[in-house]
Order: sequence, then C-alpha cells, then structure tokens
Amino acid sequence: MWDYSEKVKEHYKNPKNVGSIEDATTIGEAGSLACGDALKLYLKIDDNGIIQDAKFQTFGCGSAVASSSVLTEMIIGKHINEAKKITNQDIADELGGLPPTKMHCSVMGKEALTDALKIYFKDERPKDGNKIICNCFGVSKNEIIDAVKNGAKSLQDIQDATHAGAGCGRCKGNLIKILEENGITQKEPLTPVQFALKVNEALEKHISNELTKDNGGIELIDIKDKDVYVKLIGACKGCCNSTATLKNFVEAKLRELVDPEIQVIEV
Amino acid sequence: MKQVYFDNNATTKVDKTVLEAMLPYLEENYGNPSSMYHLAKASSDALTKSREKIAKFLGAKNPNKEIIFTSCATESANMAIRGILKESKGKKHLITTRVEHPCVLNLHKELEKEGYKVTYINVDTDGSLDINELRSSIQEDTALVSVMWANNETGTLFDVKEIAKIVKEINPQTKFFTDAVQAAGKVKIDVSNSDIDMLSVSGHKFHAPKGVGVLYVKAGTIISPLIIGGHQERAKRAGTENVPYIVGIASAAELADKYLEEENTRVKYLRDKLEQGILKNVFNAKLNSTNKNRVPNTTNIGFQYIEGELILLHLDELGIYASSGSACTSGSLEPSHVLRAMGVPFTSLHGSIRFSLSRYNTEEEVDYVIENMPKIIDKLAKISPFQKELEELRQKHQEQCVRNSVG
Repeated sequence: MWDYSEKVKEHYKNPKNVGSIEDATTIGEAGSLACGDALKLYLKIDDNGIIQDAKFQTFGCGSAVASSSVLTEMIIGKHINEAKKITNQDIADELGGLPPTKMHCSVMGKEALTDALKIYFKDERPKDGNKIICNCFGVSKNEIIDAVKNGAKSLQDIQDATHAGAGCGRCKGNLIKILEENGITQKEPLTPVQFALKVNEALEKHISNELTKDNGGIELIDIKDKDVYVKLIGACKGCCNSTATLKNFVEAKLRELVDPEIQVIEV
Repeated sequence: MKQVYFDNNATTKVDKTVLEAMLPYLEENYGNPSSMYHLAKASSDALTKSREKIAKFLGAKNPNKEIIFTSCATESANMAIRGILKESKGKKHLITTRVEHPCVLNLHKELEKEGYKVTYINVDTDGSLDINELRSSIQEDTALVSVMWANNETGTLFDVKEIAKIVKEINPQTKFFTDAVQAAGKVKIDVSNSDIDMLSVSGHKFHAPKGVGVLYVKAGTIISPLIIGGHQERAKRAGTENVPYIVGIASAAELADKYLEEENTRVKYLRDKLEQGILKNVFNAKLNSTNKNRVPNTTNIGFQYIEGELILLHLDELGIYASSGSACTSGSLEPSHVLRAMGVPFTSLHGSIRFSLSRYNTEEEVDYVIENMPKIIDKLAKISPFQKELEELRQKHQEQCVRNSVG
C-alpha cells in the first residue's frame, strides 16, 4: 500500500480542473498509453503571458492524477516565465511529498507543461536530443540530460525522474553513458560470470562478425580479472596488422561495451 | 465502513476453526517436538498428525518421507528448484513458463546468471500453455520442468499431470515441479499415480495464517536441503518446527477438502455473477482470460483506457479490496508479466483488476460491487485523455445492450 499524503488523496479523489479547453492557446502532451501514463494539458494564455486557465486529462495512477491536478492549481494565474521554472520536485512538494517510487509521476506534469510552453521557449539542447533512449517509456536523451542536470546521480535517480530504465532495462548502458558524459561515473561491479558472459556476447555480436568480413576470426580462451585472453584465427592469424586489430579494434570495442579497464592479450 | 474482501489470491482470512486448533500449541503445548519429555510429546504428536493430514490433502502416500514443512511457498519453490539442481550434477537446462509466480520466475532468472540455460514456454491469448513448444524444448540435459498448477493472476489451470507425463515420456530423468499455491483449496490436488515429483502449497492462501508452507517431494526423488542445521524434517529443512502454524495449515487443509464442493458451486456462482455483472454494466470492461479451465474464484477484467491503481484507490474508498496488474501498483513500474505474456493489449493492460473470492464472500457483496463499479468507471473515464476512444466503446456497449434486450 502506498503511503499517500492527505493532499494526494484529496487530489485523486476530487481532481481539480479536469477536462479540456476548446479554445486553448496551447496543448501539451506527455507519456503514452503503452507506458501506463499519459497526460494532456490545455492552457489558455493571455497576451501578457499570464496563464488564465489550465485543464488536464490524465491516464495514470493516483499520484499521476494528483500531480496533474495540483499542477493546474499551481500555474493558473502565473506568468509563463514563472510557470516554466516549476520542477517535478516543486509539484511533489506541493502535494506534501510522494512515495519515492512514485516520484516519476510528477515528472509527467512537468513534461506536459514544457511541451505546452515550447512554442514560447527555444530548445537549446543537443541536436540528437530527441532520440529516444528508453523505448519502454519513450524517454528522449534530452529528458535524461535534464534529469541529470536537475541532480540525478544514478540509474535509480534517472528512473525516479523519468521512468527510463524501469522497463526491460536494455537502455541502462546508454543511461550510464549519458551519466558519464555529464561527469558522473557508475560503479556496479559485475560478477566474474556476468563479466565473462558480457565479454563473450560482445565478441560474438560486435567483433567476430567484423573479423569474418576479412576472413578472420577470434576465439575467447580465458579471462583473468580484466585480462581477456584471445586467439586470432583464420586470416587474422599472423597478419601483420593483428596487433593493431587487437588493440585498436577488439580491445577498444570491449572497453566500450564491457569495461574500460579490459586488457586484451593474444595467446 | 462496509468491507468487501475480493483479494483472496493475495491472502485469506484465517478460519476460526484453524485458529482454535492452533491456540493450544501457542499456550500450553509449547514443547519442542525434538525434546525427550511428556510436554514435547504433544508437539511431536501434533506434527505427525499434521503431516498425515497434509499428505491426505495432497494425495501423498508417505507422510513421513514426502511432506516437508517450510515457512512459505517461496521457500518451498526455492528449495525444490535449487535442491534438485544440486542433485542433477552436470545438467544445465531448465524449463518453465512465462507466467509463473515471481518465486519461480525470478529464481530462474537468477539461475541464468549462475550459468544455467532456461527455456520459458509461451502462453496464448487465453493463457493456455504451448504444449508443443514444451515438448520440443525438453533435452538430454534438462534437469527440471516447473509449471504452475493454477495462475495467480488469471486463475487459468494448467493440466500439470498431463504435462508431467509428457515430460517423463520424453526424458524420464527430468524432474517435474509444480507450484500449486493457487490451486490448493480451489480444485482437488491429487499427486497419487502422477508423474509430479515436487509440489508446493502455502497455508495463507487457504485460510491458514501466513508463515507456513509445504513442499511435497515424491519418495525416491532426492533433493539437497536449502537450510542447513539440525535434523528436523529428516534433515531436509533444519530449524525447530513451527508447530502451531503447522497444526494450522493441516487444519486448514482438512477444511479446504470439506469446502471444496462449495468452492466449485457457490463461490463459482458468485464469481460468475460478478464477472457477468461487470461485463454487462461497465461499458469498457473486457475479460482478460476467457479460459474455461479456471479456478472457480478468480476473474481478471481489463477496464480500457483507465489506469488500474486509480480504480483500486476508488474501490478502496468504498471498502472494496481487489488487486491490479497495473505497473503502478508494483514497485517495479512494470505491468503484469502474466497479462503481457498473454498479449493483453496496452488499452486494457494497465487497467486490469483481479477479483478473487472465497467462501467468506456473499451474494450481497457481489451485488454491491456490480452496483458501484459503473459509477467508479464513469467518474474516472471523465479524467482520461482518451475521450474519443472511450466514447466509441460506450456506443458499442449501448448497441450491444440493445441487441441483447431485443435478442
């Protein structure tokens, strides 16, 4: 049972400003049916940039409805420059807090608001920022970068802030990359078996196929700590470029995919 | 406030008879069954008797050799699966289904990390198992096949006796385990003359308290213990026996046999009435498992374009207790793996509610839910951003109602 505050309960029981605005100045959307969370935010903004009216429609759990409801209350009467500054933490605080696993529900409100206001504000984030990183929840690179800039320091923080990584988990590698690009390193040590499986997978999926193009190949012989012992076969064997292949391609690839401290040693 | 408890697949109310049977072993008969004096005799006698009752409940022939008491069914499953793997040296392959309870499913995922290979068998939209896939997956080094007797979320029954038979026909060395937690007390469990090697049940799903389970291990099937220590449970499960709770689960098992017919007549009638009532009165309701082979107490209904937790919270306001396969009710933010395996569409996946009844429920309670469900859904439909889709469903439903009243 979630430990919802009285204010959250009040807002999901009797949500405020439910519905649509027919002559809305702008409409913001966030989430999707597939994620289990979707929000439509209708805003009526006057010529002075004041939000005159706000209404919402939400498909989501109790805290998602409460977050949407309280957000409309927070922004009505505010100037768009003020509304823009509202963070998901502000929404959660206004509700008297949300259970940690439910923090992401407040994000949707923030996202829909940003989406609605995008016609007023230029987006200054990276070009590939719209690329979806987490397919399960449709989270873009920009949203993850925003989360990191707002203080997310770990996979869990990103998950709380954006949902990303909470589904199949396949994007976790990319999330770690984004964290690292923003100067945050993650240490989640692999067990020796996991490490070996990962090395093997990287060899099979990303390295072997490249080498076979040159009629070569590679075999995994042994792993000791972070030293990966391999044997080059076929055309690679004895090729004068084999050292370059090992260091510049195989080792680089393994370092990228598995662990930056890997040493590849030919036997 | 009125209380309607429709979440009996989560846990059940302890039967008064069960509690009364337990009390003497919490008060005067507190002796350790392993001790050598009169006080202990009452405990050790109770243990023997309970073992016999459980054996009878499951159709086991040899109470002393085949019945092991545990703390819960999760422990039973862990013990069965890990215990058999330790005794099947060199065999690295396991088979289970995509719809198992987490105590089996997540253990298999853990075993994969430890180097085992696991084949997960698919189910169709009705929740039925792909037997051909199972058949073709059995290999020389398949140590164990685990298939649940009944699914906790949909109530779908698997013909585990037939499946066990198929397994043995293809590889007589492969062991078969079934998690019968959701079947116990709802359908007759009888392992006699079957190929089932191991089976788990949990007391609190059939009106015994939480904290006691059973693992049946067929005589001749060797498993390693999970918990090492004293000689209790023939050294298969060390630790002083939880006598009062063991007496409780045995008493509950006796009662379950007594009420089995009622479960399959009156409780089934209530479930069917609830299911039909909701489908008839709620415009966006859709049955998630139409399988004929279901336990008599469970129904799983999807309310399209409305989120499940929100429905539960509003039901809770009326004192109606049910559960949801929605992502938001689980800590993991993942919607039900069972409904996903069945291919339930996103439109109803997140709005799926499980109602599970018991012999304590009444027709009045069913009527109360049927009466209130449309009101809740109408209220929540207004909040949904999928107004167009909901309107279409509403019209379709009205047409259906007219057709039904004419036809």
